[in-house]
Amino acid sequence: MDLNSLWFILIAVLFVGFFFLEGFDFGVGILLPILGKNDVDRRQIINTIGPHWDGNEVWMITAGGAIFAAFPNWYATLFSGFFLALFLVLVALIIRGVAFEFRSSHSSPGWRTSWDWAIFTGSILSAILWGVAVANLIKGVPIDAKMQYVGTFFDLLSPYTIIGGLTTLFVFVFHGALFLSLKTTGQMAEKAAKTARSVGLLAILIVLIMAVCTYFQTGLFSTLGAGITLLCSGITLILANVLLRSQKVKVSFVLNGLTILLFTVAMFWGLFPHVMISSLNPNWSLTIYNASSSPYTLKIMTIVAFTMVPIVLLYQGWTYWVFRKRVTEKDLHY
Amino acid sequence: MTQLILSRLQFAVTTSYHFLFVPLTLGLGVLVALMETWYVRTGNETYKKMTKFWGKLFLINFAMGVVTGLVQEFQFGMNWSEYSRFVGDIFGAPLAVEALLAFFLESTFLGVWVFGWDRLPKKVHLLSIWLVAISSNLSALWILIANSFMQEPVGYALRHGRAEMTSFLALVTNPHVFYQFPHTVLSGFVTAAFFVMGISAYHLIKKNHQDVFRRSFHMAVVFGIISTFGVAGIGHLQGMYLVKVQPMKMAAAEAHWETENPAGLLLFASIDDQGHKNTSQLEIPGMLSFLSYDSFTGEVKGINELQAADVQQYGPGNYIPPVTSLFWSFRIMLTAGMWLVLMSLLGLYFYKSKRLEQKTWFLKLLLFTIPVPYIANTSGWYMAEVGRQPWIVYGLQKVEAAVSTSVPATSMLIALIGFALIYSILAVADVYLLVKFIKQGPEEASPETLNHEMKGASLWT
Ligand code: HDD
Ligand code: HEM
Ligand code: HEM
Repeated sequence: MDLNSLWFILIAVLFVGFFFLEGFDFGVGILLPILGKNDVDRRQIINTIGPHWDGNEVWMITAGGAIFAAFPNWYATLFSGFFLALFLVLVALIIRGVAFEFRSSHSSPGWRTSWDWAIFTGSILSAILWGVAVANLIKGVPIDAKMQYVGTFFDLLSPYTIIGGLTTLFVFVFHGALFLSLKTTGQMAEKAAKTARSVGLLAILIVLIMAVCTYFQTGLFSTLGAGITLLCSGITLILANVLLRSQKVKVSFVLNGLTILLFTVAMFWGLFPHVMISSLNPNWSLTIYNASSSPYTLKIMTIVAFTMVPIVLLYQGWTYWVFRKRVTEKDLHY
Repeated sequence: MTQLILSRLQFAVTTSYHFLFVPLTLGLGVLVALMETWYVRTGNETYKKMTKFWGKLFLINFAMGVVTGLVQEFQFGMNWSEYSRFVGDIFGAPLAVEALLAFFLESTFLGVWVFGWDRLPKKVHLLSIWLVAISSNLSALWILIANSFMQEPVGYALRHGRAEMTSFLALVTNPHVFYQFPHTVLSGFVTAAFFVMGISAYHLIKKNHQDVFRRSFHMAVVFGIISTFGVAGIGHLQGMYLVKVQPMKMAAAEAHWETENPAGLLLFASIDDQGHKNTSQLEIPGMLSFLSYDSFTGEVKGINELQAADVQQYGPGNYIPPVTSLFWSFRIMLTAGMWLVLMSLLGLYFYKSKRLEQKTWFLKLLLFTIPVPYIANTSGWYMAEVGRQPWIVYGLQKVEAAVSTSVPATSMLIALIGFALIYSILAVADVYLLVKFIKQGPEEASPETLNHEMKGASLWT
């Protein structure tokens, strides 16, 4: 395998990490006003992700940095092309990020409610927009011969990409509800599990629609492996729902995590060896070759990544172990 | 053309906001880690109180650093896509390393530190704040390696219509880094030192928690002396170095139009940017030669001669950055530096001679000195970045060739206004919270938080 393919895989891994980890963060943020009826509830909810959300977000920052380092043309075309969409994502992440810190610093109900809405809005916007972005990547966007995006913001919104956004939304909310139910006790855990049971069904439905549309709208299924992976992600999602009904929340969480993993892998697999597909002329697409850095840079970055990523995984894993205890009403930090 | 102006404005606004919060993170992280070290070594509860009080302020500031940094990571692609294509092969690498090496460590262990007060052995808890402090300074190192490449490109070759990396080693050992990194990190330490001194002074005037604030003051003043002298010393060396590698920047910062030997230092000048001359000026003879070469003789090239040389080398064009604003931003930084040296010396003197608390005028002055490092930081970056104009990568790419061409100006305008608005609102909330916690002082946690029996469990108790 050449380094270009390796870096493509590595970026897919970073996105898997990001969607898996921030997936439940976003989900928990969206559930905040829905399950948190009073301040104690809400603090309990936020505390489940308190120690982790920033570390999770760094997966996205690293994915951005890795795209820049390994595929500068991809970085340039993607972020200038999706300019306003990315602007919205950034705004969402900004208000959400400060809200975690700010809400707890002042006790007036008005202050807290405002920041809670910031968490909710920031989470839901990000969850949807990332789905829209991924759907656009596999569907293809207008890119000209000079690797420039020539569409507008509204070209990014089509029925298919909106379904993509809803897919990530529901899968993440399901993920977040399962996480909450695992990380809390008593009533909150119950409520979260109940929500998971109903959101899970919606998630199955929307993933099904997404799969069908993907078949008709994109070339993803022409790569057999990608098609099969996508179907597998549907199966793990269904299994997650079945097992949830027999109270196996932990297994269900793992299975849904697997759904996110398989879904992301399917998208990247279907894209390979392209990184952005031109809807105007297939020859104008960006690939892992015409968008990449020089072999030398790829080599250096490979050494860096292969030493750093395992270490990061080790200590991030350690923090989940340190904070493995469920959050009860007794130990609220935010 | 409008895209260019909008992108430059956006970069200036978002980065300046980012760097309002970054320096305090760099320095206060180290100070808080030192406080906790003292706590772990002595078991003295005062140090624990200090750690928690300053730690809370650190966190509020940190949150703003994180969210303003987020935009930084993506706006090279959004607004400067042609730049990203041209130097991505080199420039992307330190950015990716920064995230992998520093951001992960920083954000993960900050979470551990905040939530780990009672769950972890004291030493592991202490280790986590040190990791935060070290990794935020490591992140500064990598981003400055990236910035130094723009100031002084090294380790590259022009191939396939872009700059490609030929030596990673050359990139990370760029001589420019050896000035920029210590100067910037120390400026962060200075910022934190004066932040802690100023707030301690406020409480000492009010006679609150004198034990906590006397000790805080002591730590900060020592930290402050070392770092102010450091920043000024390195700054001087940096200036000498720049005369060699970016002569135009330094000539502009001195409003030094004509080549002279020996050259004088201008204390004041009324500058005619258009006419390429100063209409009046006040000068110390020979001083500029001294500052440039540590000797009172020596030729210092003037702007007009440098412009002619640049036209020869790079073709027709205007290679002169905005002189008036560079001249004054440099002087603002220098004045600030001297003021800070003076204040830290006085602070140490009054502290050692045990007269600090009687000198109310001095304590008040310290409180009003808190903004001075911020002003110096901003003008320092202004000088470094604006002085690089018209280049985005010195000698290789001009700013006008770097901007995204495919993004409509209206989109850019929306983003510019959006970011500026959100940052301003958040900055107000941030200052409001800081002031609230500063006034509250240690211990007096809000009754609301105490209600939830969080005894010792978290930072806010
Ligand atoms: C000299 C120091 C310095 C400079 C010049 C910059 N930064 Fe910064 N940055 C930091 C020092 C720092 C820091 C101290 O490490 C921060 C502040 C608070 C924090 O979390 O880390 C940070 C945060 C921070 C974050 C959020 C990390 C997180 O979520 O934990 C990002 C993505 C960036 N920065 C990116 C950038 C980029 C792309 C810059 C170039 C334009 C830049 N920063 C300039
Ligand atoms: C955090 C401290 C920094 C501050 C306060 C700062 C400030 C500024 C300012 C005021 C400008 C506008 C100059 C102009 O257009 O006239 C600018 C431009 C720019 N800076 Fe910085 N800067 C900082 C760090 C960096 C770093 C670390 C990098 C790169 C790694 C960088 C890259 C750029 C780029 C790409 C531009 C836009 C192009 C240009 O106008 O030259 N800056 N910066
Ligand atoms: C009093 C003596 C000082 C001198 C001689 C000095 C000198 C310099 C010079 C020549 C630059 C331009 C570097 C470039 O363009 O690449 C610079 C930049 C800068 N200065 Fe200073 N400075 C002094 C004090 C300070 C102080 C007190 C602070 C803040 C507390 C500060 C903060 C900065 C920052 C943040 C930058 C931009 C980063 C960089 O390029 O290193 N400086 N300084």
